[in-house]
Amino acid sequence: MFPTPIEKRSRGAQITYQALVPFALIMWLLPLLAVALFSMRPLADFTNGNYWGVPSSFEFFTNYGKVFFESDMPRYMLNSVLITVPTVIGAVALSCMTGFALGIYRFRGNLLIFFMFIAGNFVPFQILMVPVRDLTVSAGLYDTKLGLVLFHIAFQTGFCTLFMRNFIRALPYELIEAARVEGVAEWRIFWYVVLPLMKPAIAALSVLIFTFIWNDYFWAIVLTQGPDAQPVTAGITSFNSQFVAQYHLMSAGSIVAALPPVAMFFLMQRHFIAGLTLGAVK
Amino acid sequence: MTTAHSDLSWVRRNRMTLTPLLFLLPGVLFFMVYVIIPIGQSFNISLYEWDGLGEATYVGLENYRELTGDRAFEISLWNNVKWLALYLLAIPAGLLIALFLNQTITGIRLYKSLFFFPFVLSQVVVGLVFSWFYLPNVGLFDIITGWFGIDVRGGILGNPNTATYGIIAAGLWPQTAYCMILYLTGLNAVDPEQIEAGRLDGAKGWRMLWHVILPQLKPATFIAFVVTIIGALRSFDLISIMTNGGPFGSTRVLSFYMFEKALSEYGFRMGYGSAIAVVLFLIMLVFIGYFLWSMYQDEKAARR
Repeated sequence: MFPTPIEKRSRGAQITYQALVPFALIMWLLPLLAVALFSMRPLADFTNGNYWGVPSSFEFFTNYGKVFFESDMPRYMLNSVLITVPTVIGAVALSCMTGFALGIYRFRGNLLIFFMFIAGNFVPFQILMVPVRDLTVSAGLYDTKLGLVLFHIAFQTGFCTLFMRNFIRALPYELIEAARVEGVAEWRIFWYVVLPLMKPAIAALSVLIFTFIWNDYFWAIVLTQGPDAQPVTAGITSFNSQFVAQYHLMSAGSIVAALPPVAMFFLMQRHFIAGLTLGAVK
Repeated sequence: MTTAHSDLSWVRRNRMTLTPLLFLLPGVLFFMVYVIIPIGQSFNISLYEWDGLGEATYVGLENYRELTGDRAFEISLWNNVKWLALYLLAIPAGLLIALFLNQTITGIRLYKSLFFFPFVLSQVVVGLVFSWFYLPNVGLFDIITGWFGIDVRGGILGNPNTATYGIIAAGLWPQTAYCMILYLTGLNAVDPEQIEAGRLDGAKGWRMLWHVILPQLKPATFIAFVVTIIGALRSFDLISIMTNGGPFGSTRVLSFYMFEKALSEYGFRMGYGSAIAVVLFLIMLVFIGYFLWSMYQDEKAARR
């Protein structure tokens, strides 16, 4: 059932298809469109039961203004940034190194270490929860951004290593051999030969890890509490209990919380998809 | 002077061993401390009764014995099975949308990214969006089903018979988007000559899909399988946000029940929680084992 290219079909089929795609899209995004609509309504609409009719007034700026200026939302957002960005840098840096070691060198245990990273990347979080929380508490890092960052770096190194190692494997090995013949030191090969070639992989991973970490909820509630360190995914629940049943503000809050990874995706789409579909095409 | 010189040459002689070792060290160390060792520790803690603060008492396999008679554990396990089975629907659904969108019309790139968009949202936001979508009486879902005369008592999420399915449907939304993008990329790489050859041989419809297209999409299908199964067993955020395990504990899954037992107001039973986590881990291990095995086969084939 591989569809015939639409340009080879009849004019009628083409027009039907062109109408069908936007319609399907609207159905697909319906829950989201509903929330976007909620976030522009005044409170009065909800108390009057006007959930789906025409908004009685357009309150976009009031609602989003409230989210930004009358709640803890900006603090949570800042926490998210301060957790996500260091994690991305840390995990990408570590995995450039591990990926280089596993992708270039042949030694006993190479595949074993590689598979350890992959397997660890798949384990359920719950098997790590009690010991990691314990470790974080005893290191005095409970309810700090650093505690969360350290764990995220460690865990994401698993996935990043898988990614980087496979990417490096696909590079032309002759380049490295040529450099060795020239007598270039190994660390210089990493820095001057391999690293520049890894730029697309680094870009793809950064965008992907940014999204993963920004959207993390489980570790946020296990390792932090309160607005000092909690990222926005965890903060949104306290935000919602502050504005309980005020759907216009809750919707605006969720949209704000979701925005950074969405923006990241639309700006860096090519890298993002390259990262996600790694290995999907040989 | 001579020792310094021989030191240097020792480093030089062994640089092919030392370099990878040094490059691996920080990453492996981090991963050991935060991932590998905790797995062992969890196994150990599951043999104790421990509140997380005081003295831990060794109880042997008592926690596991308690699990066998725990009704809530049974419900959670059963819900995990439902999650696994239904979550896999994301794969054919994603393929279907990918086939639908695999055309060239103006703006198709934008359409593709908008279809993919739910995957970028955090599960927390997806959970909130869907819990409002499902609101009884005023939610869009209830209104639309109302047109067809269907009325779920207490709303989808308020009814113990439907709540889990409601949450799984919410989870399928981003997961289908993910599978779709995997297949769209896969379809880009499909060899047009083979399709042409298939057409000449009279392959049409399902036969074309099954015999010509799907074999070429195998790598995409494999990844879709891996991420969907992992995603199904990791489900936590949606449950926590949409129902918090309710109504009457009917939407708990192992990952959520474990959290409840170990960290929430239901008590700090670290040992019991760890026992639940171990069970979840062992279930996952079956799949991890399979994934690693098939990756190992690929590795062996690709040895240079």
